[in-house]
Amino acid sequence: MENSSSNKYQNWKQKTSEWVKKHPEREKEFVSISNRKIDAVYLPQNPEDPEYQEKIGFPGEYPYTRGVYPSMYRGKFWTMRQFAGFGSARDTNQRFHYLLEHGQTGLSTAFHFPTLMGYDSDSPRARGEVGVCGVAIDTLKDMEILFDRIPLDKVTTSMTINPPAAVLLCMYVALADQQGIPRNKIGGTLQNDILKEYIAQHSYVFPPQPSMRLIVDTFEFCCNEVPRFHPISISGYHIREAGSTAVQELAFTIADGIAYVQAAIERGLNVDDFAPKLSFFWDVHNDFFEEIAKMRAARRMWAKIMRKRFGAKKESSWQMRFHCQTAGVSLTAQQPYNNVVRVTLQALAAVMGGTQSLHTNSLDETLALPSDEAVQIALRTQQIIANESGVTSTVDPLAGSYYVEKLTDDLEAEANHYISKIDTLGGMVRAVELAYPMREIAEASFRFQHQIEKNEKIIVGVNDFTSQNGTTLPILKINDQVEKEQIAALKKVKAERDNQQVQATLQTIKAKTETSENLIPYILEAVKAYASVGEIMGVLREVWGEYRDPCVI
Amino acid sequence: MERKIRILVGKPGLDGHDRGAKVVARALRDAGYEVVYTGLHQTPEMIVSTAIQEDVDAISISILSGAHNYIFPEVVQQLKDKGITDMCIFGGGIIPEEDVLELKKQGVAEIFTPGTPLTGILDWVSKNVKARELL
Repeated sequence: MENSSSNKYQNWKQKTSEWVKKHPEREKEFVSISNRKIDAVYLPQNPEDPEYQEKIGFPGEYPYTRGVYPSMYRGKFWTMRQFAGFGSARDTNQRFHYLLEHGQTGLSTAFHFPTLMGYDSDSPRARGEVGVCGVAIDTLKDMEILFDRIPLDKVTTSMTINPPAAVLLCMYVALADQQGIPRNKIGGTLQNDILKEYIAQHSYVFPPQPSMRLIVDTFEFCCNEVPRFHPISISGYHIREAGSTAVQELAFTIADGIAYVQAAIERGLNVDDFAPKLSFFWDVHNDFFEEIAKMRAARRMWAKIMRKRFGAKKESSWQMRFHCQTAGVSLTAQQPYNNVVRVTLQALAAVMGGTQSLHTNSLDETLALPSDEAVQIALRTQQIIANESGVTSTVDPLAGSYYVEKLTDDLEAEANHYISKIDTLGGMVRAVELAYPMREIAEASFRFQHQIEKNEKIIVGVNDFTSQNGTTLPILKINDQVEKEQIAALKKVKAERDNQQVQATLQTIKAKTETSENLIPYILEAVKAYASVGEIMGVLREVWGEYRDPCVI
Repeated sequence: MERKIRILVGKPGLDGHDRGAKVVARALRDAGYEVVYTGLHQTPEMIVSTAIQEDVDAISISILSGAHNYIFPEVVQQLKDKGITDMCIFGGGIIPEEDVLELKKQGVAEIFTPGTPLTGILDWVSKNVKARELL
């Protein structure tokens, strides 16, 4: 490697040293715990080898198998972004402050089910659900409380929201406007991935076609108005949690990505304008090497798709940036402290796979929403991996492993096979209408359950190594009062706002659905008038109708 | 010939995590029961009305959203209001132990928490779910 005179390696070295000047490394020199020097990256004997170049390449270069940035965590750690939301906006605001004080570097909001489904807290559909699984947000008023004393220009916020994503984005923008923070200073990520909702998580409202329109509207709005906001997080997480295999997670997620890019191009957007703003979201399950290979394969597949299939020209369009969450589904209620170990292994895989952002689950999440103490252990897990394990000292440490490279190739090939099948069906929107991915996942999930039943797969503490003594954990309980108080607060907002203005903004949204205009500016007007999530979504429901569960068993 | 026992598998509330409900539905079907799966996002009213229309012998409910303390008692009450007291109600989900005890007091026959093997559920069903006298 030292005496290689060929261009690619020299060019990369040159480019990387320029990158490092702009993005300084965390340490002057990286050394092991016993003071052994660690290089930024380890390469094969001949880095010019065409096979190495084509399949693996250098970090920060096409096809990005080794990571999207040249120096990865030597420059800066991933964003530690714990998902939080429960009770009222005030309760969650306190958790946000708690997490930021403990070293979390970005926020991530969990909304309660009524908001996720586009209902207000006072809807009959919301009974028993208010504030239980996330924070209750009905109007801009709640957002004002949720982000109280949080600098929107310094902290980025991810919002796990899908059908009403446009409404919540508008609330965030309205809040920045209110506080006089320029729109180009706020940043974050909307989940906004409706295809995976039909496929897996099932928080959908409208049928696929109008949903796709609303998503492309947010792409366009973010490109023009809030350039630091990622308008979508194309999510494999829920697909995996619904019981898919790693290959299915990879394939269906990337096929979803293809569908969004296609829809945006059909709208007339320039691929290089919006592609750099797309982000992804992976589940990190227990199988350590398979998960790392999945992330490496994902980057390579996306780079090829963006470059070859969609003709993107900019490098940033080819780079798949992603968030990871450790696998909630892998956690067990039996012997809950074992979950800390599972989460550690999964988080380590996410880091070895090159994630840009990570949520580690808390040990008590099969029982309830996490307690403060449990969430602190989960955050500390990330900090220990970052600061103590040494895996952040060199880039993509598993490259060149016979096993990892073969797994990466195999996952890519198998996922591509699925993608071809989906192309044959007419793309992911059509495949969803045919319930094809749902059937594939149901099959995989049932097979996995059988393997556990027959003890072909061991879950420690569940079907082997069980113990009689149960562990009792302190559980976070949501006060029954939250529902009453939230409904009262909403009533107050509705009484105090200018209701004529609200009705006018809602009617405008309705009228604009008949045109091909972008709906976001009109939703923003409604939000600023304190129209509620349920009212805005209600108008769209009237026009577009609701999607129904295909009931695939 | 004895008729097959009919079991409704319901997914109430706004939560869409239906992996458990579907796996249980399929296991019950494979074990020889007639299964009526409601699909997602059902209200307690919808579940009770389907149960009555379909003449089921038992209702199995899956809840992961934390809304169990509202939904289970509501289903029990609505059945009672309609004069039905012999329909077995059981379920599963992310439900803390103390809530399980309270729900059992309120008329829920059994609650299966995460990690329960399917064989455990099937055994319980074979012992506890009986064919109702249909009118």
